[in-house]
Amino acid sequence: MKRYSIFSLARNALSRHENWSAAWRSPDPKPSYDAIIVGGGGHGLATAYYLAKEHKLTNVAVLEKGWLGGGNTGRNTTIVRSNYLWDESAAIYEHALKLWEGLSQELNYNTMFSQRGVMNLAHNLHDLRELNRRVNAIRLNGIDSEILSPQQVKAFCPIIDISPDLRFPVMGASLQRRGGNARHDAVAWGYARAADARGVDIIQQCEVTGILREGGQVTGVETTRGTIRTPKVAVVVAGHASVLAEMAGLRLPIQSHPLQALVSEPVKPVIDTVVMSNAVHGYVSQSDKGELVIGAGIDAYHSYAQRGGLDIIEENVKAICELFPIFRRLRLMRHWAGIVDTSPDASPIIGKTPLRGLYFNCGWGTGGFKATPGSGHVFAHTIARDEPHPIAAPFALDRFATGALIDEHGAAAVAH
Amino acid sequence: MLHIPCPWCGARDQHEFSYGGEAHIARPEDPAALSDAAWADYLFMRSNTKGLFLERWRHSHGCGRWFNAARDTVSHAILAVYKMGEKSPTEASGETKRSES
Repeated sequence: MKRYSIFSLARNALSRHENWSAAWRSPDPKPSYDAIIVGGGGHGLATAYYLAKEHKLTNVAVLEKGWLGGGNTGRNTTIVRSNYLWDESAAIYEHALKLWEGLSQELNYNTMFSQRGVMNLAHNLHDLRELNRRVNAIRLNGIDSEILSPQQVKAFCPIIDISPDLRFPVMGASLQRRGGNARHDAVAWGYARAADARGVDIIQQCEVTGILREGGQVTGVETTRGTIRTPKVAVVVAGHASVLAEMAGLRLPIQSHPLQALVSEPVKPVIDTVVMSNAVHGYVSQSDKGELVIGAGIDAYHSYAQRGGLDIIEENVKAICELFPIFRRLRLMRHWAGIVDTSPDASPIIGKTPLRGLYFNCGWGTGGFKATPGSGHVFAHTIARDEPHPIAAPFALDRFATGALIDEHGAAAVAH
Repeated sequence: MLHIPCPWCGARDQHEFSYGGEAHIARPEDPAALSDAAWADYLFMRSNTKGLFLERWRHSHGCGRWFNAARDTVSHAILAVYKMGEKSPTEASGETKRSES
């Protein structure tokens, strides 16, 4: 791997940037691997990177049916935070946030991670009490979080309307200053490049069509590019988790829904933080290109279509304009949807399955992007050692039978 | 937005309906006799089919009644609606419940 630096940039500028080498190889699949990761999104690529780096497992392939980061990695609103209520969630999201903080240096790839703060608004007394409870719980886990008064909200984000006669007045907010945004594509590409440099084969346009097994043990996968043998298959496919599970004869507590997002036309810098509001159901930040990035809610029905209803967008835009009258005359440029894999307790499912050698990492629902590095890190440990990483252990599939659910429905930025 | 044909009221906008998830999940006859795994299966595990999916809707801002629909989860096309207690169109025609897209 050629290192990226100011010197390589200058050197390549001399040849008009025509001689950059490819960031990763595109090899043909080998007949067998020590482990196969299904899904070339951020989580899958991070898993491959940590398998190679921390567990010296380099005879690994990542199989992606489309292109890298073309699923939910490229469709989310890029928000990173770790302000979760329960200890188990705090542990995994904070683990991820700490990895985010050094990620650009570790991968030698600019993930454009920007700790601009994530602010959750309260619009009534109940919201405010709930935020206070959360902030206290979060701080007890050693994670930064604070409560702001309406005046402090205004000082932190001047374009917000805090007049008391609004339909949804701003009565306060919680703020995690270490939260923020990252460039979603860069996370996938950075992990892909770093994993490839350690010997991982990244194979795009290769869809898994079957999971081979003999006597309760995984033996390989059928793909659109032939059969590949392996003793370990790790599935990280977000919205399609149930489809892959069915190939192995398993059922998951997962329901797939479209989740939409949209961007406005680009404008000059106007909002330098992330603002979320549960009550009016919207969240907004501004990309480095100047577009407002706005997240909506999920459509009620199940879908694999990667598109949602316009009524959801209408509700969402109403909410954003209510909070930020300054945005009312902005035009919207694009809207799209990703298929999110929602679980009954709004927490992910990470770990082993009843089938030996088959591992699942799914159920991140509406908020998986922020966890990308931590998810990959603990999943790699789980695969390599065939036992859950201590941080991943509470997220095992068997919690639905034991009843030890991790109810994070209130932790989403908005009520999904 | 979907345009949903209520079996009693005719086609209406999705706004008038609430979604009820997967259809034909029967409550166990004797819940107390179930193992934890069987109870988890009833309570949480779902087919989440890609393709033809049998699901429940309620016309909550109309007649208030529940009914079932056969809908494609890729094209969103509603292929049939039928009343609670009626056989699904796939069952009636002898096909299996799950169908690949």
